[in-house]
This record gives sequence, structure tokens and C-alpha cells, in this order.
Amino acid sequence: MGYKFVILRPYCASPLTMVPYVTGTSVIGIKYKDGILIAADMGGSYGSTLRYKSIERLKAIGKHSLLGASGEISDFQELLRYLDELILYDNMWDDGNSLGPKEVHSYLTRVMYNRRNKFNPLWNSVVLGGVKNGQKYLGMVNMIGVHYQDNHVATGFGNHLAVPILRDEWREDLSFEEGIKLLEKCMRVLIYRDRSAVNKLQVVEEWVVQSIAKITEEGVSISPPYSLKTFWEFSAFKNPTAGAAGSW
Amino acid sequence: MFRNQYDTDVTTWSPAGRLFQVEYAMEAVKQGSAAIGLRSKTHVVLACVNKAQSELSSHQRKIFKVDDHIGVAIAGLTADGRVLSRYMRSECINHSFTYESALPVGRLVVQLADKAQVCTQRSWKRPYGVGLLVGGLDESGAHLYYNCPSGNYFEYQAFAIGSRSQAAKTYMERKFETFDNASREELIKHALFAIKETLQGEKLKSSICTIAVLGVGESFNVLDQQTVQELINSFEMVEDEAPAPQEPSAAPEEAAAPAAGEGAADEGAAPMEE
Repeated sequence: MGYKFVILRPYCASPLTMVPYVTGTSVIGIKYKDGILIAADMGGSYGSTLRYKSIERLKAIGKHSLLGASGEISDFQELLRYLDELILYDNMWDDGNSLGPKEVHSYLTRVMYNRRNKFNPLWNSVVLGGVKNGQKYLGMVNMIGVHYQDNHVATGFGNHLAVPILRDEWREDLSFEEGIKLLEKCMRVLIYRDRSAVNKLQVVEEWVVQSIAKITEEGVSISPPYSLKTFWEFSAFKNPTAGAAGSW
Repeated sequence: MFRNQYDTDVTTWSPAGRLFQVEYAMEAVKQGSAAIGLRSKTHVVLACVNKAQSELSSHQRKIFKVDDHIGVAIAGLTADGRVLSRYMRSECINHSFTYESALPVGRLVVQLADKAQVCTQRSWKRPYGVGLLVGGLDESGAHLYYNCPSGNYFEYQAFAIGSRSQAAKTYMERKFETFDNASREELIKHALFAIKETLQGEKLKSSICTIAVLGVGESFNVLDQQTVQELINSFEMVEDEAPAPQEPSAAPEEAAAPAAGEGAADEGAAPMEE
């Protein structure tokens, strides 16, 4: 028998927890010789539908930092509002001090963790990187407030598909070109393997319009969107159910 | 300053455009015992004169650690000073918690000044009766600020507040150009000399003064009495050439044990403080 409990919560607009609606997938970030590189695709999924294909999930924060978010896009936009206000007040001091990536990362951690404690999380995993006074910084925070720093970080599927590659191939002295190649290698795996079609060929389509953001001491530059070449003529893709009779 | 009909309320202007209550609060700072601060590019030294109410009582604490990178010396109503120190500590620790980094000194000082200003514009409040010498280190280097009851703040290379502070200021005005590049030890010596000036003849002992240092690679810390006494001895020796025959063993500065310093006190002058 199903009881239905209705808990009356007067004066409360927000639900206790949520489900995400429009979501972005993995973000990958690495440190390279001269700074930070972060990559993310431009997709916004609506459940299993690839609904939006021009969502910019990478944003510059203040003078020194860069944010890349996966998860609920509206919550990402909310984070940007928080950070906008933070940077505004920081600038209003007008005193030569400025918040660096470490400070922004710490601030975000507090925001995410506090929201989690109220059972009203910002449904994101966020990569926060930057350079200040020559010091490179790269960190990650997720919706429950877990945070850490490392030479390479990833969110979502990137944790499973990209991080192993990065662990093998990342070096302290990657040049910009090498860094880009490494990120592209990871993104290519994600194109192939993330959101792969239940229906074998269909869903794994024209997936990716990407942008890669680079941040160094001189500033931030976000590249225009571009896509990677993919190859689908592998024999294994041709008759995918050959080895698994009875599966879908 | 004399009493007048505009000085009852902090929210009453005088016709000459003065707020007398605020000025009276600044008088309170001048009556307190001296506190001085000076800085180089890499270090800040705070020093103050501690007078005990009586021989039976302990000294009032006038120097407070606010954070590893910030310290404050106060003059005036020490109770007000304690409250403001607690506020400063609170601000620093909240900033550290949220941003995992040290609060820049300049920002703390502005917050402090704004807090003081509020008390100059509320009829149900009174201005804080304490002057604060805030010394700190942040990304842009070493800083020394003076916060006034009026809500003003100024940055200084060196400054002194409290009674007979002018004597210390005069000394520092002669020497301040060397402070930027002075070593930590030189800076401490200048501080001790400056404190000595405010004593106007009274003997400088570690029991009546407190020294605190902070700098690059050194968290804010108050020097202990023995260290201070050794420093006093070392520079006093250099100064007084006359008693040289009495203290043959006491010549090397750093190696001075307190006992060696006693050599000059044969005639029963001030005994070593504990």
C-alpha cells in the first residue's frame, strides 16, 4: 500500500532536492608549462536529448580565473551571478588587491557545501583554474562540496575516460600545443564514449562543437568553437550486436 | 580644549565644522601610554610602553596578534582596543575560512575605519577611544597603518601614538629614510630607541616595554622578556662608552647572557627583571 506523506513547509519556495534538467557533460582541465588549459564541449542535454548545441560552459572570472562547469546549466548561470557579485565587490575595493583562483575556488567550495547542507544543491561539478603572480592553480568542486586541486582535473565522464589518459601522459612542461593535443585526445575519447547511443549509431552523432579556453598570466583567451575529426569506419562499429545475440 | 556648548553630542557639529566628541576621543589616545610602529620592506615592528597600575598588578596588554600576518598595538582605552582586536581577528579568520588566504591588511584597515566612522554618526553611540597601529604583511609587502577614533586611517613608514609620542616621532623622523632597507635587527633596535625616547630619562627595561615583530617568513610574534632585555643591553652597551672597564666580558652583542649585563649594575642600580 502506498501512503502519501505531504509535509507542509510554509514559506518555502524551493524543493528539498532537485533533479537536473538541462545538463552539460564533462569538463577537463590541465596545467601546462605556461598556465592552464580547460576544455568542454558546447552541448546541453535535456535528458537523453542533445537539445542545445551552443552553450558556452567556460567563463573567465575576474582577472585571474577561469570556470568550467558541468551539470545543470541554470545552476551554472546562478554560479556566474554569485561570482559576478564577488568580483564586483572585489573590484570596488580598488586597492590593488584581487581575488586569485585559490580564493575563488575556496569561495565556490563554501557556496556549494552550504547549499548541499540545506538540501538545495547547485547541481554542478566545476573546474576552477587560473594563474596569479606566476602561480598556476587548478581545482575542482562538485555539488556536494568535495573539492581538491591537482595538475589535471575532470568532471563527469571525464573522470573515468580522460583522467586515466592524463595520468599517463601529463607532464609538468607541456607546451601549449602539446597541452592542446592532450586535451583533444581526451575529448575525442569522450565524443566516442560519452552519451554513446543506446541505439548504437544514432545518438553518437555529430556530437561536438567544442571550445578550448587557455589562461595564462597575460590573460584569458577562449578559442572559437571547433570540432574534432572522428572516424566511424571501425569494423567493430559496423555490426555492433554481432557478438551479443539477444541484446538490444 | 575647553568645554563648549557643542561638545555634548557626537552628532552635533560646531559652527567651525568640528565634532568635539570625536576630538575628545582622540585626546583619550594621547593620554594612553606610548605605542610605536615602524616598517621596512619586509618587516614590521610594533612596540609599546607597559605601565602597571601599581607594583602589585600586572601590565595591561597593548599588543595583540590578529592573524599570522597582522598585529596591532593600541593606545588609549584598552578596553575599546580589545573589542576592536576581537573584531579584527574575527574578520581575518572569516576571510581565511571562506577564501583560504590571508586578508589583505589594507582591507582590514578600511573595515576598521568604517566601523569607527559609524560611531561618529550615531547619537546613541560614542567613538572608540583607542588609536590602533596596525602592522601587517600581504602580497604587496609590509604595511603599517594608524587607525583613528575619527574613522580616518593613514599608512606610515613609522609612527608613534600615546603620551610623549612626539619624542619617539622626532627620533624616527631622523632615521626613517633608512627603514625601508633596514634589517630585522636594525628595525627592532630603532623601535627600542624610539621607546626609550618616550621614557624621557627613565631606564629602559624589558619589564616596561613589549616588542612584537612580523615579516616575510616570520609570523607575528611578541618577543619574550629575556630576548628584549638582551637587545636592550646590547644597544645600551654600544651607546654608553664610559662604563667599558666595568664590563669586559659583555662586549659581544649576541652572546650577551643576562648576567653579563649585570656587570654594570654593581652599584645597585636596577636589578635584572625576571
